[in-house]
Amino acid sequence: MTGKNNQNYNEEYLNYVKEIAPKTKHLKTLWHAFWVGGVICLIGQFIRYSFMYWFNLYGDQLAGATSMVLIFLASFLTGIGVYDRIGKYAGGGSIVPITGFANSIVSPAMEFKSEGYIYGLAAKMFVIAGPIIVFGVIGSVCTGLIYYILNLFSLI
Amino acid sequence: MDKRKGTLFFKNKPSIFKTFSIVGPKEKQSKLGKYYDMALDDDKFDESTYEKAECKMLSTAVSKVIKKSNLKKDEIDLIISGDLLNQIISANFMARDFDVPFLGVYSACSTITESLILGASFINSNNFNNVVCAAGSHYATAERQYRYPLELGAIRPPQSQWTATGAGAYLLKPFIKGYPIITSATIGKVVDFGVLDANNMGAAMAPAAASTLKNHFLATNTTPKDYDLILTGDLGALGSRLVKHLMDKSGYDIFNHVDSGELIYNLDEEDFQGGSGAGCGTVVMASYIYPKLLNGEFKRVLFSATGALLSTVSSQQGESIPGISHAVCLECNL
Repeated sequence: MTGKNNQNYNEEYLNYVKEIAPKTKHLKTLWHAFWVGGVICLIGQFIRYSFMYWFNLYGDQLAGATSMVLIFLASFLTGIGVYDRIGKYAGGGSIVPITGFANSIVSPAMEFKSEGYIYGLAAKMFVIAGPIIVFGVIGSVCTGLIYYILNLFSLI
Repeated sequence: MDKRKGTLFFKNKPSIFKTFSIVGPKEKQSKLGKYYDMALDDDKFDESTYEKAECKMLSTAVSKVIKKSNLKKDEIDLIISGDLLNQIISANFMARDFDVPFLGVYSACSTITESLILGASFINSNNFNNVVCAAGSHYATAERQYRYPLELGAIRPPQSQWTATGAGAYLLKPFIKGYPIITSATIGKVVDFGVLDANNMGAAMAPAAASTLKNHFLATNTTPKDYDLILTGDLGALGSRLVKHLMDKSGYDIFNHVDSGELIYNLDEEDFQGGSGAGCGTVVMASYIYPKLLNGEFKRVLFSATGALLSTVSSQQGESIPGISHAVCLECNL
């Protein structure tokens, strides 16, 4: 049962709402997302090169260390209440990089701390990031299977 | 069908004797900021959680309105209150502090008019002498219950509204000369035109507001011209346009309509369509409109608070958003 079956359902009104409702300014928001997201990646790249030059890290170690620094920075900015302001401006630009993932875990953890460390903070930590992890894992398993099958028939 | 269905006429003229409002820091900075009785600089109100702060705001509003009326707690016959949180915890926990008979009501953001209708009925029937009606909401608690954590970097869509942090209380008494009286009220119907977007509550509530206003005009044989002001609860800028459109189609020109949600903030990028929440209409009425009734600037005001009756569960299950609106007519003859 949804509203469609109810006696007052009013298609004409819904169309009118759609007509006068303010639209998201796509060009503007896309530009914001583009440059902020780009700057975040630039910072990531800078951190990556720094680790290469000064700490002689390579491969998995390098990727891990770079992610750790970015995650720390994003969590810290979330904690002092700055990241949500960046997010309000940049939208997808600050959600898509790994910093957005950190923000989506830290922000509910802070919010639900008031219900205690176990049932609040720990239990609610993955409220937003949970689906990302689930579908990320499913996606990677599927990709792996396809890769394996294609290999079996030596297609790649 | 009886055209007076749902409309009440209060012959014994229950009066609103005193009001008290308390708002958060954001509301304080807006253009109505100077009118409120009390404004917080810290939206946690020295409490450990936002839920406790909301409860404390409600309880402050109630105790201050009792004090303002020169009454004592044990002289209050009844408190009627509600809020937006699950199981209306703020109102229930507020009542714990008072040791006074209590009715908890929920009608989303139209809770205040529902309480006023109930309170006026009890006074009108000569059952009670002092009734307190109160409602409140808090941005941080509503945000967490209905939407996302505060620190999450997500963008608000342009049709969204900002839940007001505020609580207001009204003390109702039997007729006292010189104070605004509640002359009639219309109990709203649940109206659902099929709006699915939980961010667009103005659109969900506008049909309910239009239905109640129309029923009230029919039942009381009045037109918008008979009122100095028609105040809706929290439709926001978009919802206001929609209710005007709907009323136009039914042949009423509500030229004197104003929405609390549009008044409460200086409309800018962040608040988009304006304020919402149970506290929004409550504090605007209590601190901005009520004094104008008291000093004779307005003679007759129709206050129709609007509520979107959604829950996170119903939205996630794909249900559309029903709206409701209860109207009270306030008059003041000096």
